[in-house]
Amino acid sequence: MRTLRFLLQKEFLQIFRNKIILRIIVVLPVMQLLILPLAADYEIKNIRISIVDHDRSAYSRQLINNIVASGYFSINDYSAAFEQSFEEFQKDHSDLILEIPARFEADIANQKGSEVLIALNAINGVKASVGSTYLSRIIGAFNADIRFRDLPQPRYPAVAAIEVVPQFWYNPLMKYRVFMVPGILVMLVTAMASFMCALNIVKEKEGGTIEQINVTPIRKYHFILAKLIPFWVIGMFVFTLGLLGVARLVYGIVPVGSLLTLYAFLAVYLVAMLGVGLIISTYSATQQQSMSLAFFFMMIFILMGGLFTPVDSMPEWAQWIARANPVAYFIEVVRLVVLKGSSFYDIRGHFLVITGMALFFNVWAVWNYRKTS
Amino acid sequence: MKDVVLEHITKSYNKGAVRAVEDVSLEVDKGELFGLIGPDGAGKTSIFRILTTLLLADSGSAAVHGFDVVKDFRAIRSRVGYMPGRFSLYQDLTVEENLSFFATVFNTSIQENYDLIKDIYEHIEPFKKRRAGKLSGGMKQKLALCCALIHRPEVLFLDEPTTGVDAVSRKEFWGMLRRLKEQGITILVSTPYMDEATLCERIALIQNGRIMSVETPDNIIASYPHALYAIRSENMNALLHDLRRAGEVASSHSFGDHHHITFRAGGEEAVQQNLLQRLREAGHRELSLQPIRPTIEDCFIQQMPA
Repeated sequence: MRTLRFLLQKEFLQIFRNKIILRIIVVLPVMQLLILPLAADYEIKNIRISIVDHDRSAYSRQLINNIVASGYFSINDYSAAFEQSFEEFQKDHSDLILEIPARFEADIANQKGSEVLIALNAINGVKASVGSTYLSRIIGAFNADIRFRDLPQPRYPAVAAIEVVPQFWYNPLMKYRVFMVPGILVMLVTAMASFMCALNIVKEKEGGTIEQINVTPIRKYHFILAKLIPFWVIGMFVFTLGLLGVARLVYGIVPVGSLLTLYAFLAVYLVAMLGVGLIISTYSATQQQSMSLAFFFMMIFILMGGLFTPVDSMPEWAQWIARANPVAYFIEVVRLVVLKGSSFYDIRGHFLVITGMALFFNVWAVWNYRKTS
Repeated sequence: MKDVVLEHITKSYNKGAVRAVEDVSLEVDKGELFGLIGPDGAGKTSIFRILTTLLLADSGSAAVHGFDVVKDFRAIRSRVGYMPGRFSLYQDLTVEENLSFFATVFNTSIQENYDLIKDIYEHIEPFKKRRAGKLSGGMKQKLALCCALIHRPEVLFLDEPTTGVDAVSRKEFWGMLRRLKEQGITILVSTPYMDEATLCERIALIQNGRIMSVETPDNIIASYPHALYAIRSENMNALLHDLRRAGEVASSHSFGDHHHITFRAGGEEAVQQNLLQRLREAGHRELSLQPIRPTIEDCFIQQMPA
């Protein structure tokens, strides 16, 4: 215990002496939580649209007005020939072409029905699909509108239409931020705890100080614990700073569920992620190597963690990978507890899995640590 | 009592491709200042790492202060001081913090053993608030020595402590080692500098993982089997070339501003005069030839397998 105390003293002394690390611990999470949720927004605006209007009628003008009035589109050009707009499209000046046929108004008035063409630039797939959805909705609304207003009403509706009115539970206004902030917070805590821990251990290897430590009576478990504990504490601190500081004060997100449940999960989760850091450190001899390994894991953790794309919409094999991703569990738990107010009983499955992972990663790390030294 | 014992220690790397230490046996007495002398890559560091329990030998046994390096590694770790060849203290901690950290992990304090490090620590005390990484090379080395001594070790292992250190600091450093020896600490030191060998009580000449001889420096020099001469002329390069072609010269090596040579037949006056005469005819001027006492380096070269 005495040895551990001195080692911890030394670790904290080194961490607090390193100005950059201090900033990374305090300033970076706040900055990222302020910027990322606002920037990473699925609500796509400013979709640039080219309009080819062969009709130039009252209807076509009204449709165009509706599109502009929606606020999602900005008109890039307005031409009479598709080729002309297509050129703009190819130069990447516009994302979308809407072609309105000649006789657009006449066909609708004659109840023959009409077709419009939408061409999408699918290089940015999200923008294309979101843009086409928006545009279809606007055209659909326009359609309903003119049928109701200008065309003779049939005595009985020909087809009983079903209108869907969505109601967004747990995030009533479907604010993207409310959904993103907990996820980003998880990423921050993960990166902070595990990879800083890995780098710290490898730094001792690289600097040769581990050799000096190894010829002292310091036991290996002392050394490992002295490395894990500070970053566990830092992880707790960063999470608290993000959740009770930024998320609450800036975004007004107040956890619906119990903080105790959240922190109980966080405590075990951090042990698991520190285990990952420890594994990385046992496999790398230089900080550069551990950085590269950490980056690789981070990419997988982020992209397969359900932060940006829901795990459920991944292909089967990818879902299996996501199931081995501790980050995915924590993102889900944070969203469940913070937004939905799930109790410990509701997340018991997650808790069990993360406890298993914590054991698995740390046993692996210690086993490999023994083998290599 | 023997403080360090190595018996038939062998160590290879890369699955036997690199044989770093081959069948090394060695004994160091208690309180002795013992030197491992050899060029880079001779296996000195591997021997140190085996003795400080950082590396397991492939075969053979070793003991430090009566403890086996494999079975009793814990006992060894609290009784030895190790100063690796590379500066291995915390660069982001100050001089004082480094020292007190290593004192506390050995369950002692700076005050308790201050008398042992006083001489050395006085040199760096004015900079005790400075971070170790910002010290000069000589001061880093003094700090490292203090940290290796702070728990009053029985045996001190110094791996190339003077490599990359200026001549004045080197001299100072050896002075410190002699004073430590007077305190009864067994010191095992390695160096690639042959001139430092004479500062040790006994030395082992080591080359390619094998020990060539273990003796006092004087005995090693005394056992040099030939009469040695120093020769010089105006054009040293041409001289070496001509000497290597001369039949009566057994060996010739460049040593600073002289070449050291030995003769095959024993080097009688007549043979020497004959050689000088021929060299003069070959155009060498300001020739001089004198008998000299061999240095450790001469002995090292002579003992090296051809």
